[in-house]
Amino acid sequence: MIRLVQLELQKLLLNRTSKILIFISFILPFTVLILSSIKINVFGFFTLELGELGIFNFPIIWHITTFFASYFKFFFAIVVVSMIGNEYSNKTLKQNLIDGLSKKEFILSKFYTIVFFSLAATLLIGLATFLIGLYYSSYTEANIIFREVDFLLAYFLKLVGFFSLCLFFGMLLKRSAFALAFLVILYLLEWIIVGIITWQFNYNIAEKIHNFFPLQSMYKLIDQPIQRMVMTKFPDKADLAYDYALHFHEIVIVLGWTALFIFLSYRLLKKRDL
Amino acid sequence: MENILTINNLTKKFGYLTAVKDLSFTINKGNVYGILGPNGSGKSTTLGIVLNVVNKTEGNFHWFDGNTSTHDALKKVGAIIERPNFYPYMTALQNLKLVCKIKGVDTSKVEEKLEVVGLLDRRNSKFRTFSLGMKQRLAIASALLNDPEILILDEPTNGLDPQGIHQIRQIIKDIAANGTTILLASHLLDEVEKVCSHVVVLRKGEKLYSGRVDEMINSHGFFELKADKHDELIKLLETDTSFGKITIEDEIVTAFLNNPMSASEFNKLMFSKDITLSHLVKRKESLEEQFLQLTDNLN
Repeated sequence: MIRLVQLELQKLLLNRTSKILIFISFILPFTVLILSSIKINVFGFFTLELGELGIFNFPIIWHITTFFASYFKFFFAIVVVSMIGNEYSNKTLKQNLIDGLSKKEFILSKFYTIVFFSLAATLLIGLATFLIGLYYSSYTEANIIFREVDFLLAYFLKLVGFFSLCLFFGMLLKRSAFALAFLVILYLLEWIIVGIITWQFNYNIAEKIHNFFPLQSMYKLIDQPIQRMVMTKFPDKADLAYDYALHFHEIVIVLGWTALFIFLSYRLLKKRDL
Repeated sequence: MENILTINNLTKKFGYLTAVKDLSFTINKGNVYGILGPNGSGKSTTLGIVLNVVNKTEGNFHWFDGNTSTHDALKKVGAIIERPNFYPYMTALQNLKLVCKIKGVDTSKVEEKLEVVGLLDRRNSKFRTFSLGMKQRLAIASALLNDPEILILDEPTNGLDPQGIHQIRQIIKDIAANGTTILLASHLLDEVEKVCSHVVVLRKGEKLYSGRVDEMINSHGFFELKADKHDELIKLLETDTSFGKITIEDEIVTAFLNNPMSASEFNKLMFSKDITLSHLVKRKESLEEQFLQLTDNLN
């Protein structure tokens, strides 16, 4: 397993484009996080300090950081599709197999790398959140600090699931640009289906079905925290309340998709003549 | 003799097209094999199947004693297919180290193999800066990294300039001289003739011949002759049952032998019949002539 990750890391880190993209996908969320956590004086008119809004309080900070950080996954998604696209366009996939890599090992080396980077991203975001939280949070009791730490698990699963989807599209279409376009198409398709079901039946059913779709199920792992942020400011508005917690069935759906995408990628490669 | 590769009744269909048809042959250790056939005769497809990149339709094959899985067996094989495929953004050294990691061998041999193909001084240049000849040589170095039991080359000189072709052939000959089994696919007959001891001839996916190069057709060779008594010579040859077909071209008479006869024997015979030859050459058909004869016979 270490051999397979090493293989893929060498392929990625010696490539300047993917190196830059990996760097961005890791560093940018931190920069944003740190910038937002410092006091900004806007031309002496007023000081903007997000910390004072209470968004860096435990436990809500876990929710907020993981939600916003997950948007930076798109940078790494480009790396994932191009690491498949390049293997096809350079014909190195063929050469790798001839050199003695099995088709299973090839897919696994990509998948392990995805898990590796997702884990690294999760650990880093976890650490940064923890430190910023300690600095700003009004509550510092351990049981409050770690109450919603399961958002980190959600973040990790969300990344692994999304990148597995990218891996599958990369294998299916062999070209990075097509694979990225397909992601957009899939997103639109999910909403079109929701629209059709809403039109035929009602939005409630549509929403329930939507939660089973690949992109939406990954999105649902971390619900948007904005409403919750507003709720903390206006605790009396009970109609704003919503279910933002991580649920077991959400995890199962995403894990199911992840397994399916990896399996299909393998099947595709196995059946294909290179 | 130790088997390296055994192919039994292998068939590959691409839709309606049958690229390889019921092909069987065996590769033994220590020989240099050629797979010969015109473009589209199924050479690359056959190699693709045994190298795990093309799925077979029917039949089977096994490497070595048949107890190793194909991808494990490939770690003991060195192969180059068509064009050299490497990561363009990596240097020669980095590319070879990656191959070492895939094959699970130590990286200590990388520089030694670069030396063999004469690329040691360019080891830190990126692959994309290489000329085609250099790329092909790097591919050979890469195939040699694990000191393979068998080296498979698919049209290794395709697209190279004469100098590049010469370099590659010299490298192949050196490797063969070390006792490595080689399987060389080519449509260039003289290439196979120069390098190989055994040959498998394919046409439209079917095997026409497999065996030693010099036994490819049942032939005892032929004489090229010239004599002052031209007509008498021809008359004599026509009456002698040792000779089959006789052709005449620009005063040179070509007489094909039905049974073995040496040039001196023949010379003695002519002398006793009072014919003095001004030109006598005994030749065997070149592989090209044999190949054409073989493919013609089946038409």
